[in-house]
Amino acid sequence: MTAGRSGDGAPGRNLTSDLATGLAVFSLALGTAELAVPAAVARLAGVREQGPAVRAVTAFLGAREVAHGAGILSGRGTAAWVWSRVAGDALDIAALGAVARTKGAAPTRVALALAALAGVTVADVVTARALSGHRGGECRATAAVTVNRPRSEVYRHWRDLEHLPEFMAHLRSVRTDASGRSHWEATGPAGTTLCWDAEVVADREGEVISWRSVEGADVENTGSVRFRDAPGDRGTEVGVDLRYRAPGGHAGAAVAKLLGEHPDQQLRDDLRRFKQVVELGEVVRSEGSPVGQSTRRRLAQRPAQPIT
Amino acid sequence: MRANCWTGKRSVEVRDVPDPTILNRRDAIVEISSTAICGSDLHLYNGFIPTMRDGDVLGHEFMGEVVEVGRGVENLSVGDRVVVPFPIACGVCGACERGMTALCENSNPNAGIAEKLMGHSPAALFGYSHMLGGYPGGQAEYARVPFADFGALKVDDLPDDKVLFLSDIFPTGYMGADMAEVGPGDVVAVWGAGPVGQFAIASCFLRGAERVIAIDRFDYRLRLAEQTGAETLDYEQVSVPEALTEMTGGRGPDKCIDAVGMEAHHAAGALHAYDRAKQATGLETDRPHVLREAVMSCANGGIVSVIGVYGGFTDKFPMGSFMNRYLTMRAGQCHVHRYMPRLLEHVGNGDIDPSFVVTHRMSLDDAPTGYRTFLEKVDGCEKVVLTP
Repeated sequence: MTAGRSGDGAPGRNLTSDLATGLAVFSLALGTAELAVPAAVARLAGVREQGPAVRAVTAFLGAREVAHGAGILSGRGTAAWVWSRVAGDALDIAALGAVARTKGAAPTRVALALAALAGVTVADVVTARALSGHRGGECRATAAVTVNRPRSEVYRHWRDLEHLPEFMAHLRSVRTDASGRSHWEATGPAGTTLCWDAEVVADREGEVISWRSVEGADVENTGSVRFRDAPGDRGTEVGVDLRYRAPGGHAGAAVAKLLGEHPDQQLRDDLRRFKQVVELGEVVRSEGSPVGQSTRRRLAQRPAQPIT
Repeated sequence: MRANCWTGKRSVEVRDVPDPTILNRRDAIVEISSTAICGSDLHLYNGFIPTMRDGDVLGHEFMGEVVEVGRGVENLSVGDRVVVPFPIACGVCGACERGMTALCENSNPNAGIAEKLMGHSPAALFGYSHMLGGYPGGQAEYARVPFADFGALKVDDLPDDKVLFLSDIFPTGYMGADMAEVGPGDVVAVWGAGPVGQFAIASCFLRGAERVIAIDRFDYRLRLAEQTGAETLDYEQVSVPEALTEMTGGRGPDKCIDAVGMEAHHAAGALHAYDRAKQATGLETDRPHVLREAVMSCANGGIVSVIGVYGGFTDKFPMGSFMNRYLTMRAGQCHVHRYMPRLLEHVGNGDIDPSFVVTHRMSLDDAPTGYRTFLEKVDGCEKVVLTP
């Protein structure tokens, strides 16, 4: 069982988060230097005057850098913290601009410092925009599982969309009508009900099924499931790729996460249940997890004791 | 019903809990006639296995009489006497089809938790943490047995004492010898002369080993190993690697079996303290004294077979010795289903009487005393059997 990266950004998320981490480390390093040796940093930036005011301002800017760095690395509200860096960049540029107009400034050093700042600002803006999800809080989840059954059988079980709620924990029902459209009803964050109609956009027997929601969906979504023979006569590899705009956009996705909804984890659990349903005809239950696979409910486990 | 529950570190309690009911089609309910405390239960008892909860019913070595079957069970009837393998296995997934039932892909409803710690999930086990399924165990009056049509082995009229250990320790010891490819001409060293170690020793001889050397620090355990034909080393009296080298003409044992696992002790107080401190502070979860010693002692080109239980991460694994000397390591929870029939045959033929390890018999209600006695190795305790 594998699952891909899921998240509230575009597929380029990896690079973006690396960039954010890089910026955080840069903030921490610069901030620490500004706090520890403010005079030296100010001199490097072209400030010749070395009064207590310069040291105080530099140390203040240092404290701010450290706060940005720590904030980004905390992993919570990364986008907001990177945007706060952009605001900080503006402050730095204003401060250096003020320095440039004083008599005691070293023009070359100030110019170099300004150029460096401009470069960093560009990186900050690019990262912040990517993190903020210009695609409106699109979530993606991918996962795969190997089912020990022939490809045709595995495909057929999925193709009957009305089977899906048997193993997809969030789905309450799927009804298909004569036109080929299907009506989906799911449980959303905090027990809300989400509905949408979907149409199958590709269907190649034994290979792939993909679908997308049509106009007016509570959750705009597209998905595909691919089937291929597992090597060594091990049945069928099933790979699912889901993309959806969380209700409430980016903020909605964040709230859902706080409520314990992790799209990749859920999809993995769904696929494990799918495997059980196809191989065994039912979902496997333990007394600790009577509803079956549900990693997100791990904190709500019962003791491993018979159920009354 | 009465059941022995985990209630916290170093604490178990026999409580009244609900009777089990059928949850899946292929379940059976077994009225337990005999159940045992396993060395690996002590890892739970000592709090080294994560994801235990107050009230979890313990026990994975049990047998009894079928009192109810689900509608998907066709080969068992009420009244059948059965021994239950400790891994829960469906029999139809890819792993089960290949005989690796301790890796069943369907039995663990909490596979997602196990994946976080281990990368991929093994099979669920009875009474062995939520990460490994959250199934109640068999130190109780009754147990639900999932996939009973695949797992439970009918034992007809053989007495409990002779077949109870087919549930775990006999097959586990046997798999130790099997993974090490023990055969005629082999010299085998077995670390740990607890019940699993005893069965590993016996299994090596069943497979034709030339010599078996048992390593422990408890005299009574070493004496029991001698009765099976093993030579013995007390690791508090001698340096094990040196002694093994001397005993094997300088080669080292061809095969080394670790029947100790994550809570090993070391004769050198400082070395033991080093790993004990790291374990206590979470810098490593397992104390790998035996693993290190087995790798360093093993003959060039030999096999190290690990049946002692490890939980997480170890430190200072002698990878250089392992790599440069063409060693092989195999490890695993036992694929009990695979070994049960052939071992039942050995028992039926009289090749071995597994009851030789039993030293203590108690009522289920005395389970807390049983755990303490087994943990503290007092009163010559080798194996505790409980009767509900």
